[in-house]
Amino acid sequence: MSKLVYLVPLFPFIGFLLNGLLRKKLSKSLISIIGCGTVLASFVVSLLIFFEVKDPSFQTVVINLFDFINVGSLKIPFSFQVDQLSILFLLIITGVGFLIHLYSTSYMHDEENQHFARYFAYLNLFVFSMLILILGSNYVIMFVGWEGVGLCSYLLIGYWFKNIEYGNAAKKAFIMNRIGDLGFLIAVFWMISKFGSVNFAEVFSKAPTTSVGVLTGITLLLFVGATGKSAQIPLYTWLPDAMAGPTPVSALIHAATMVTAGIYMIARSNIMYTLAPTTQTVVAIVGLATAIFAASIALKQNDIKKVLAYSTVSQLGYMFLGLGVGAYTGAVFHVMTHAFFKALLFLGAGSVIHAMHEQDIRKMGGLKKFMPITHITFLLACLAIAGIPPFSGFFSKDEILAAAYEKNPIYYVVGVFTALMTAFYMFRLYATTFLGKFRGTSDQEHHLHESPSAITIPLVILAVLAVTAGFLGIPEVFAKDSHWLQHFLSPIFEASTKIQEVHPANAGMELTLMAISVGVAIIGVIYAWSKFSKDPDLQDASGFGKVLANKWYVDELYDAIILKPLNAFGKFLNNVVEKNVIDWMVNGIGRAVQYSSRQIRLLQSGQVGGYVLLMVIGIVILFLVEIFIKK
Amino acid sequence: MIPVLLIAIPLLSGLVGFFIKNGDNAKKWSLFISLATLAVSVYGLTLDKASAALHFEAEWIPSLGSKFSVALDGMSQILSLLTAISFPIIFIATYNKEYKTPGKFYALMLLSQAGLIGVFVSVDALLFYFFWELALIPVYFLSSIWGGEKRIQATFKFFIYTFVGSLLMLVGIIYLYAHTADHSFSLQSFYKLKSAISGKDQSWLFWLFFIAFAIKMPIFPFHTWQPDTYEQSPTAVTMVLSGVMVKMGLFGLIRWLAPVIPGGTWLWGDTASALCIIGMIYASLSAIQQDDLKRLVAYSSIAHIGLMCLAVFATTETGLQGVMIQMFNHGINIIALWIVVELIERQLGTRKISELGGLAQKAPSLAILLVIVSLANVALPLTNAFVGEFLMFSGIYTSTATTYNVVFTVTAGISIILSAVYMLNMIQKVFFGNTNALTENAKDIKWNEKAILAVIVIMIVVVGVFPQPALELTKTTVHAILEKMNYK
Repeated sequence: MSKLVYLVPLFPFIGFLLNGLLRKKLSKSLISIIGCGTVLASFVVSLLIFFEVKDPSFQTVVINLFDFINVGSLKIPFSFQVDQLSILFLLIITGVGFLIHLYSTSYMHDEENQHFARYFAYLNLFVFSMLILILGSNYVIMFVGWEGVGLCSYLLIGYWFKNIEYGNAAKKAFIMNRIGDLGFLIAVFWMISKFGSVNFAEVFSKAPTTSVGVLTGITLLLFVGATGKSAQIPLYTWLPDAMAGPTPVSALIHAATMVTAGIYMIARSNIMYTLAPTTQTVVAIVGLATAIFAASIALKQNDIKKVLAYSTVSQLGYMFLGLGVGAYTGAVFHVMTHAFFKALLFLGAGSVIHAMHEQDIRKMGGLKKFMPITHITFLLACLAIAGIPPFSGFFSKDEILAAAYEKNPIYYVVGVFTALMTAFYMFRLYATTFLGKFRGTSDQEHHLHESPSAITIPLVILAVLAVTAGFLGIPEVFAKDSHWLQHFLSPIFEASTKIQEVHPANAGMELTLMAISVGVAIIGVIYAWSKFSKDPDLQDASGFGKVLANKWYVDELYDAIILKPLNAFGKFLNNVVEKNVIDWMVNGIGRAVQYSSRQIRLLQSGQVGGYVLLMVIGIVILFLVEIFIKK
Repeated sequence: MIPVLLIAIPLLSGLVGFFIKNGDNAKKWSLFISLATLAVSVYGLTLDKASAALHFEAEWIPSLGSKFSVALDGMSQILSLLTAISFPIIFIATYNKEYKTPGKFYALMLLSQAGLIGVFVSVDALLFYFFWELALIPVYFLSSIWGGEKRIQATFKFFIYTFVGSLLMLVGIIYLYAHTADHSFSLQSFYKLKSAISGKDQSWLFWLFFIAFAIKMPIFPFHTWQPDTYEQSPTAVTMVLSGVMVKMGLFGLIRWLAPVIPGGTWLWGDTASALCIIGMIYASLSAIQQDDLKRLVAYSSIAHIGLMCLAVFATTETGLQGVMIQMFNHGINIIALWIVVELIERQLGTRKISELGGLAQKAPSLAILLVIVSLANVALPLTNAFVGEFLMFSGIYTSTATTYNVVFTVTAGISIILSAVYMLNMIQKVFFGNTNALTENAKDIKWNEKAILAVIVIMIVVVGVFPQPALELTKTTVHAILEKMNYK
């Protein structure tokens, strides 16, 4: 079955072609069937492959489709790799992807026919690119998908292209990603020069005998790529702006899948990172810093999607913390649980926006009674992200925090503090939106209704997953050999596990840490509930809150120190250097030519041809003299 | 016989073309001829590399030791294929455009095609020089007669620039010729020279040739003729200039400079590379500032060509293979960009980005095709240019010809980011947003325009996904050139 893995990306690609090329001819229902059906087909194939991979005797399968680039000793095959890590991501992408496609059929229904088709074509193209990213068995194919998802993200953020602001957000996303991509590319070149190959198998087998300095360089550059794609400091500012795209897109691309590509890439390259402790420290610190920084901004946002966007940045930071402290399974685990609960949160937000035609939570309130399914699923997702047991986020977050404590207790303290903020801002969001009194217009209230089933069914399925997915990774401290995910992924991280020092788990300590983080989360929930459920304070933020509401003025800072100077420099080159320096020199030559021609004008007819002839003859004569007579 | 046909068909039919008075007939005639040339070129690709049909030699000027000697190796094939593909594309894309005295216009176009192919297939230095000028002169007339308002000024600049370059090259050629053992202009005799010429002479000889080629490409700071000329020339001529003619400079560098004067190339490699990189960044930053679509594409092209030149000096197999495939890709992609510019200008009468907007609503097909072409221009994976850029950058990084390989890669790499900036800016301002009074009544493109852009898009994707056949084509040439360049 794993030999047929090429079908998984092929189906969405066909969907992209059909919907893209026939966008003016197809009816909306046919477009929906093509869009959703192809992704469902991919999910089914992935599931069948999963049952094969699940077998303990399964060995990694690499399928060579064709030779992409062969130059000299550099051989880059277009090939796919099926193993525990890739199949897990395949299931998440096609599974969550299908639900979001289904959701979109209703959410986007008001779009004009051809734009409806365009939307699904882009979405299918995204799934295709993402699958290529995951399946590639070398860094170049991974990069193909890596830039491909960036393109789709660009197209979907700017989907409503009449709006210039949306277009600018799309552009910003693409360009910031490109900055990261340059780092990724240079890492690839370094690998080529050091290992002579970009294939995972060869690179990883040569890594242990490579100097730590080289590995540190390569891993840091790859991490630069990850900060772009996965929105970490300093390249995170595109993600909140990316909320300009349709909400299902935010759920799929900017929460569940694309933004986790950086985590996938590092998890895939785990051996190189384990061998480069300096990079690990950098990854952990950047991840942690992003987590707390983004969480602080989320405290003061009033746009329902912006809160979720900063929350995503913050949760991605947790994942990088996990990678940085060597908890690779924990990071991947959190990718999975986060995909469920964050997609659910975004889709829930979409459901609210769909009903309210409003994104500002200050103008909502009391939606609980109007939208019961949306409300309950949203609440479950909030509990999951806040880390309340036994919901999924608790297990995955706790695994990362426990590993962080092992590495450095300060990581743990900051992580727990971030968890407190997370619980607080999520329940601020929940309470302001769903509890209390309705604060919208009576017209809005009149039209309020629960969303149709194409929207609620995905919500319910994701809610079930968000609640239960944690049981795939029950900590060892509760029951021996209960961590299914760790067991499943062990072949991927085997080499790293051998190198890392294993501290014998102190059961008492672990339980204490767990209790602390749960306690902190509960405090956050209760505090937010008490503050926002009845009579929320809806004043504009002032003082330090204003700094947070304005996102620490980072956009303004980038504008002042990078964009403006670069623009001024470009203007200077264009208006001053080009015209006054370079052209002046050239015109000098031109003037010299004209001057001499004026001098010879008396002797000549004044035609360019005449001069040309004379010049050629003169030079030829000079050289003939030089060559033949001087000899 | 193939290379002779490739030259003779456009040359003779171009001369015939001067006598065609009717505009429609002139169009049909030149389109037919260009398609015939393309057929011959494609047929040449199917032949075995050792086939006798790919070579031809006859006496030309025996007293000077110059022969009419032409041959098609991998590099000549890919470049003459580019030339042969470009002309029919240009003729079809501009089919709806009317020129005054069309017979002469199309005749000169065909003559320049003959000259271009001649440049790419000559293996005799004097013949090479002859075709070099033959390609240039028709273009000079084309721009100065059929160009825009400031055409005289622009073409004068263009002429002076390239003519100075040509002269320097001629001096170099004569010097080399005088030192050949058998008093011959043949490439093979030139290849044998490298041990006969001292390092000091190689040093200044390098600059004679390099400046000639650098002007043609163009490389900073010899580039200022280019935006002006591109802007002022009729778009069909701009396509020839930028799609094919700039490759003459790269071709000259790879065939007549680097392997012939390897010592000089090695000595000045870092300096030339630095110029390339300064030019790349400079042109990219300038491109961001442009309001005229033609000038934007012109500066973007300077940046891309700079990368190719840089990759030649890297002296690596990956780098040089990247250059080979990129010369082809760049030609195709930039012609597509010009087609879009031409379609916009012909319909709306402006090329000013600030006057456009919202075209995607009115001309969705044009918007989609332009976006794909632009993505190729920023070298997105699975488009043709990614293969070239990836190989070139990889070659620059792994280069042992310089100790600055990492610095070169990183600084040149900034252009990857900047290219996204100016291309996306352009898409955004021209196609997205709301329509204005001017673009309100814009219409989508006609079927022949759609078809020709679709053909280019297919080429972009096919070469981007399956580049291997193209890489195989130029492999032997690359090996041969590297072997000669690695002499120290």
